[in-house]
Amino acid sequence: MVPEGEGDGVTGADESGSRRPGAGPLLLGVRHHGPGSARAVRAALAAARPQAVLIEGPPEADSLIPLAADEDMRPPVALLAHAVDEPGRSAFWPLAEFSPEWVAIRWALEHDVPARFIDLPATHTLAWGKDTEEALNDAPERPGAREPAVVCEDDDMHATRLAVRVDPLAVLAETAGYDDPERWWEDVVEHRGPGDGDAFAPFGALEEAMGALRETYGSGGHDRDLVREAHMRLQVRAAQREFGDGVAVVCGAWHVPALRRKTTVVADRALLKGLPKVKADMTWVPWTHRRLSRVSGYGAGIDSPGWYGHLFGVPDRPVERWMTKVAGLLRAEDRLVSSAHVIEAVRLAETLAAMRGRPLPGLSETTDAVRSVMCDGSDVPLALVHDRLVVGDVLGEVPRSAPAVPLQRDLDRVQRRLRLKPEALERELELDLRKETDAERSRLLHRLRLLGVAWGEPVASRGSTGTFRETWRLRWEPELSVRVAEAGVWGTTVPAAATAKAEADAVAAQALAEVTALAERCLLAELPDALPVVMRVLADRAALDADVGHLAQALPALVRSLRYGDVRGTDTQALAEVAAGLAERIFVGLPPACAALDAHAADEMRRHVDAVHGAVGLLGDVPAGDVSAPAAPGQGEAGAAGGACAGGHRGRRLRGRWSAVLRVLSGRDSVPGVIRGRAVRLLLDDGELAHDEAARLMGLVLSPGTPPQDAAAWIEGFVGGGSGGGMLLVHDERLLGLVDAWLTGVPAEAFTDVLPLLRRTFSAYEPGVRRTLGELVRRGPGARGSATTAGSGIPGFAADLDPGRADAVLPVLRLLLGLDGDEGTGNNATEDDNNLAEAGR
Amino acid sequence: MSVSVDPMSVEARENESAEALRPHAEDAFAGELAALAAQDDRPRPARWKLSPWAVATYLLGGTLPDGTVITPKYVGPRRIVEVAVTTLATDRALLLLGVPGTAKTWVSEHLAAAVSGDSTLLVQGTAGTPEEAIRYGWNYAQLLAHGPSRDALVPSPVMRAMAEGMTARVEELTRIPADVQDTLITILSEKTLPIPELGQEVQAVRGFNLIATANDRDRGVNDLSSALRRRFNTVVLPLPESVEAEVDIVSRRVDQIGRSLDLPALPDGIDEIRRVVTVFRELRDGVTSDGRTKVKSPSGTLSTAEAISVVTNGLALAAHFGDGVLRAGDVAAGILGAVVRDPAADRVVWQEYLEAVVRERDGWTDFYRACREVSA
Repeated sequence: MVPEGEGDGVTGADESGSRRPGAGPLLLGVRHHGPGSARAVRAALAAARPQAVLIEGPPEADSLIPLAADEDMRPPVALLAHAVDEPGRSAFWPLAEFSPEWVAIRWALEHDVPARFIDLPATHTLAWGKDTEEALNDAPERPGAREPAVVCEDDDMHATRLAVRVDPLAVLAETAGYDDPERWWEDVVEHRGPGDGDAFAPFGALEEAMGALRETYGSGGHDRDLVREAHMRLQVRAAQREFGDGVAVVCGAWHVPALRRKTTVVADRALLKGLPKVKADMTWVPWTHRRLSRVSGYGAGIDSPGWYGHLFGVPDRPVERWMTKVAGLLRAEDRLVSSAHVIEAVRLAETLAAMRGRPLPGLSETTDAVRSVMCDGSDVPLALVHDRLVVGDVLGEVPRSAPAVPLQRDLDRVQRRLRLKPEALERELELDLRKETDAERSRLLHRLRLLGVAWGEPVASRGSTGTFRETWRLRWEPELSVRVAEAGVWGTTVPAAATAKAEADAVAAQALAEVTALAERCLLAELPDALPVVMRVLADRAALDADVGHLAQALPALVRSLRYGDVRGTDTQALAEVAAGLAERIFVGLPPACAALDAHAADEMRRHVDAVHGAVGLLGDVPAGDVSAPAAPGQGEAGAAGGACAGGHRGRRLRGRWSAVLRVLSGRDSVPGVIRGRAVRLLLDDGELAHDEAARLMGLVLSPGTPPQDAAAWIEGFVGGGSGGGMLLVHDERLLGLVDAWLTGVPAEAFTDVLPLLRRTFSAYEPGVRRTLGELVRRGPGARGSATTAGSGIPGFAADLDPGRADAVLPVLRLLLGLDGDEGTGNNATEDDNNLAEAGR
Repeated sequence: MSVSVDPMSVEARENESAEALRPHAEDAFAGELAALAAQDDRPRPARWKLSPWAVATYLLGGTLPDGTVITPKYVGPRRIVEVAVTTLATDRALLLLGVPGTAKTWVSEHLAAAVSGDSTLLVQGTAGTPEEAIRYGWNYAQLLAHGPSRDALVPSPVMRAMAEGMTARVEELTRIPADVQDTLITILSEKTLPIPELGQEVQAVRGFNLIATANDRDRGVNDLSSALRRRFNTVVLPLPESVEAEVDIVSRRVDQIGRSLDLPALPDGIDEIRRVVTVFRELRDGVTSDGRTKVKSPSGTLSTAEAISVVTNGLALAAHFGDGVLRAGDVAAGILGAVVRDPAADRVVWQEYLEAVVRERDGWTDFYRACREVSA
């Protein structure tokens, strides 16, 4: 059918009018990532048997083409070009199994025909992005003019998209009376089954349409296309000189009329003159279907790579096979889907297509049918179908022999700069974060850990415990290189890759605590760009998490990172807001969550209460500049009235609400004793509760009506643990008296029950405190706190304070605590005594 | 029984139906149906009055080539109507699911009217719906006098639809007791209805199909058995897409109800209605209207219908006990009642929402206070 020797591909079909017969290369205009195009290209190449295949793509990658035949090469993959001295500047040319370019490469390799890329070299395209500060169009839906997605890690965040451009597809679709260009293209091109006769007919028709469009719109606002097309023309000419006319060109349909056009070599060369250049390097990197889809950052502009892959892969009956696949997936997820469902879904999809006037059911028809028949009208299982099948989980692979990814180069560079050589020998590294180099080293190690490259393990510092010290155990295992290569999909520089990975991890994280930990690590690794995403996810998870325990676990880490970020000077506004929101949720949920707990759960909840208390305290202090001295509550109130800034205000408000929550806890009978006791203690420590009131509450609990078990738990909550409760008892003899009176009143049979609790409470005290308490108790209640006990006091101590000697300490103490020195020291001696007691605790 | 294309009778029907309190769809829109039938040259399934395409146009509205304007009956995604119509064209039955107030019954009535020209073959599902309502009953006088015969048989709407190739409707399918529901299985899978007393059966002729509506979030319903569910293609009718649309629906309905209850007309209720709708939407969707904060969803349905009743209630409060203006305090108690269905879990949800979302919102202070007051 085809004149073999000529390889022109002109057939006898009537479309040949659009092609000049007998001359020129075979131009196959395609839509990038179109399965129908890919199929058509395969058929056309098989029919034409060209002697060389030219493909739209960066010529630097010519040497990489043979790798496509490698056994270990599995699409989706992408050609990655990056500037040698600036790995962050990179461009991707993703190729899926159903990409016409990939099909053309494979065909050429299988038939031992040279394949070449003819687009403008990446040297220039990379430099373009650099010069103009604008990100090139990264959604190459236009059936032809695909520009690679150029990513400039440092500046394209703010770069604006190119202004209005003509979308040729939309124009054609509108002409054909379709409202959705994608759908038009699918109906006209992608859904044409294989083998409806002439292998070249689709290309002819498409070329004609594109020709008409180009006549009307010129370059359609894509001025760089002119330059690229000039380069392609020159390359095609060169190939023709070498191989004669037996040359096939696979390029975007948009470019076909331009390549067909006769221009002079001189004019083309003139267009290419003086283009900016950077030194570029290329390699293959693995790609995923997810990244091909539009939702992700480096999208190739297709919604449904899985569906396209299916269309391309199946031999026949695409809809039936698709429905069977969907049924298989749903069954694997334990959803009841029978063969009858599959039959009905296929029927519904086909009837829908007929009603909508489409030749074949497309993705929208099949999706509607699946929703209605297999998913009971629900979108929830449908989301699974979309995620697993329509987009798909396919992960590409690249042979080991592919050149190193830029991430590795970037890492090498940073390692050299920081004089941190990868060594197999294990060694410890002490970092002083106050030094610039050490801080950078720490960041690098943290980032690598985020990327799963466990080169360094943080270990506890042996010497100092200061926050500016970090100790790492370093060991470079050979397989870490593989890890680096794997991490290459996340980006081309360490920070960029770590950012992308952190964002992906945040989205994928299951538990709330995971996300908070991630936020902490983001701060340690200094990835401010990842924080907004992490924070969003965190806020969402927190809003939906119904377990107060989880929230309470998450809060301390969050507040810790907040303070840490503060120390490092990162902007933590968003973090502070999320933390405050989290705290609010805990406040609301805590009282109901504390009801009806058994001893074990109550103990755990007590720990949560403690953790939240600490966190709320820190949270209030966070805007360090605003709150001068958040010591006494009275002072705090005055500060609020005086109009401190919003942060300080919020901090105080949070603490106010927290103490309200604690009051609720302390007064509610359904709350276990240990939590109630703890709440009273926390209020007392904060000065929110007077000693009298605490004593009243304690007396209430320790009154004979309360079961001894509960009372013992209350005591444990109130004075237990290593929280200085012993000192409290030492200094407030009224409380001690209450405990003493209660204990002596516990009936004998109940005593053995409360003994373990009491032992747990009091055994945690320091020996000195225990001894003092013992002395006090032995001295008996009548002898408490008066001068008459002078003889029986603690050996070596007077029974009462010596005011003269005590006052002498105060100036030094003031100096140490940074309090104002010019206040009178004598007149408020009692208060000072209290302070002293508190300082001692 | 069927819509005739004869213009005379069309007119007659429309006149006649104007007297009825609520005319049937096929009568109220007889003109549009006739115009569609006249213009419709696409293939029609057996015994359909219109082609599937024309049925979809009838529901979604449009302008015919001769300039006749078809009013939209259903405002919502086109996809839903297309799937529904297509399902009726296959031999699968159609199940319309949705929370109250999503126009399930409305859509089913119009579908039946457009497909079969008759929307009256209706079984209303209740907890007391007997099997006879779906299969057949007996005229006992006849039965005793002449013994069992076809004359003594009282066919159900479903049976008549089967015999005549029409569209039958079952409203509130999930309210029907489970054993009665399952009567439909034979009808839907075998397309026959045996009459063992007579040793006969009624076979469905081409054109027969069934539209059922059900409520998927109400409490106290009888869930469909999976055997029955398999016989249906399910279409979920969504809640109104935008706040504006929902506010519109709510204020229109509130107005109608208020008039029928002779409530005094109140000025400026629209802000409060908007707030109610916003609260309902946010809690229902689990995300605030600016899309920035997630919130937990309570166990209640929070349907548009409930929003309407909250506002009506508030209006009555304001009219009889308040100063005649709908204020936050008038709706707060109603909202609390609608949101907090489960005293433990929902209360936390509601308080969280109040503290995290409402308190921070500009201009909502009065609302926040009112809600705090009733929730305390």
